[in-house]
Amino acid sequence: MASPQTAAESAVVKTELAGDATHQAGVFPPFDAHNFLPQIIWLVIIFGALYWLMSRVALPRVEGILEARRHRLAKDLDDAAKMQAQAKAAGEAYDKTLAEARARAQTMAQQTHDKLHAESETKRHALDAELNAKLASAERQIDDMRTRAMTNVASIAEDTAMVLVDHLTGRRPDRQSVSAAVAATSATSAVKAN
Amino acid sequence: MPENAIDPIHQFNIERIFNFHPLGLDASFTNASLLMLIILGLVSLLMIIGTSQRSMVPGRLQSAAEMSYEFVANTVRGTAGDAGMKFMPLVFSLFMFVFFANVLGLLPFSYTVTSQIVVTFALAALVMAVVIIYGIAKHGTHFLNLFAPSGVSPIILPFIVLIEVISFVARPISLSVRLFANMLAGHITLKVFGGFIVLLLGGGFATALLAPLPFLGIVILTAFELLVAVLQAYVFAILTCVYLNDAIHPGH
Repeated sequence: MASPQTAAESAVVKTELAGDATHQAGVFPPFDAHNFLPQIIWLVIIFGALYWLMSRVALPRVEGILEARRHRLAKDLDDAAKMQAQAKAAGEAYDKTLAEARARAQTMAQQTHDKLHAESETKRHALDAELNAKLASAERQIDDMRTRAMTNVASIAEDTAMVLVDHLTGRRPDRQSVSAAVAATSATSAVKAN
Repeated sequence: MPENAIDPIHQFNIERIFNFHPLGLDASFTNASLLMLIILGLVSLLMIIGTSQRSMVPGRLQSAAEMSYEFVANTVRGTAGDAGMKFMPLVFSLFMFVFFANVLGLLPFSYTVTSQIVVTFALAALVMAVVIIYGIAKHGTHFLNLFAPSGVSPIILPFIVLIEVISFVARPISLSVRLFANMLAGHITLKVFGGFIVLLLGGGFATALLAPLPFLGIVILTAFELLVAVLQAYVFAILTCVYLNDAIHPGH
């Protein structure tokens, strides 16, 4: 980097020394008072322009950009927080609905269960009643049959007793006395049996 | 004239590009003026063209512009507080001007504007003028408390005031000479090392073998000078903030 610079400057030095004789030789250039005024004048112009451009154009613009970005970030974070809150509320509402639905389903199931239970109960009762009625009629039939059978037994006993008396005594007893005797006997046997 | 070819002072010569004498004043456009104009152009390119898109997601140039802004803004806010932000355009212009002047000065065939004491002194005088005018406009005679710290016993107060006055007067000098001397010394050193290379190469085979050594030195020094260029721009800006802080809050 330095070598070409030095070489190039040596060329400049030669032309300078040849052409620029008005400059005092031996004065250290930064302390050469001849150069102060042009330096200051151009510095004032150019630094003034720089200050004007920075203070009027560049810095307000950069401030605007940074402010807009800060604002945007704050807004986005805010929106995100709001949306999170919404999502949370929605989640809670969903949970609540779910709990309600579950409770309703439970009561419905309970009701159905109760209703079915009641129906089956009434059906069972009806069936029971029917069966009881059938049982009672059957018992009545049996009783009928038994009493009828018992009356038959009395007549059979009378007939048998008449035949027996006829055979033993050779004379035919009258029907009334035989049936009275049979009735008396069966009454005593019934008492004994009981 | 080989000693002229390696003259390390020649790089500071002011060369008039256009002679211009309005009202008898020498306002010639020189190589230093040209560099100032280039600085103005580059800073405007970065800060105005670079931000013209106003993108929410910045591109490279806009990022650089925003970083420059935030760097200087943080410096101002950290040193002079939020009240110092009204001087942001001044500090920012100073920082960008000095920064670009220092860094552009490192390029070959370029010119270092800040190696001219008159330029750095003018900038320092501008800072001190702003400090004094703002300090008096804002605080009136209360601004003089800057020279008389509170809680000092009356016996030593005159000495303290003397020291404070001297330190205040020395500020524009130290501010300007620091920047000027750093740039001057660095560039002279670079040129001297460059001259060594030329001399060694021209001195025959044996010395030419040693020529890479100063070249290596130049490589290292250039990196170091880049650091100094950036650092001095920052130092100039932060000292400006410190002095402005005195104008905003006088009386320690």
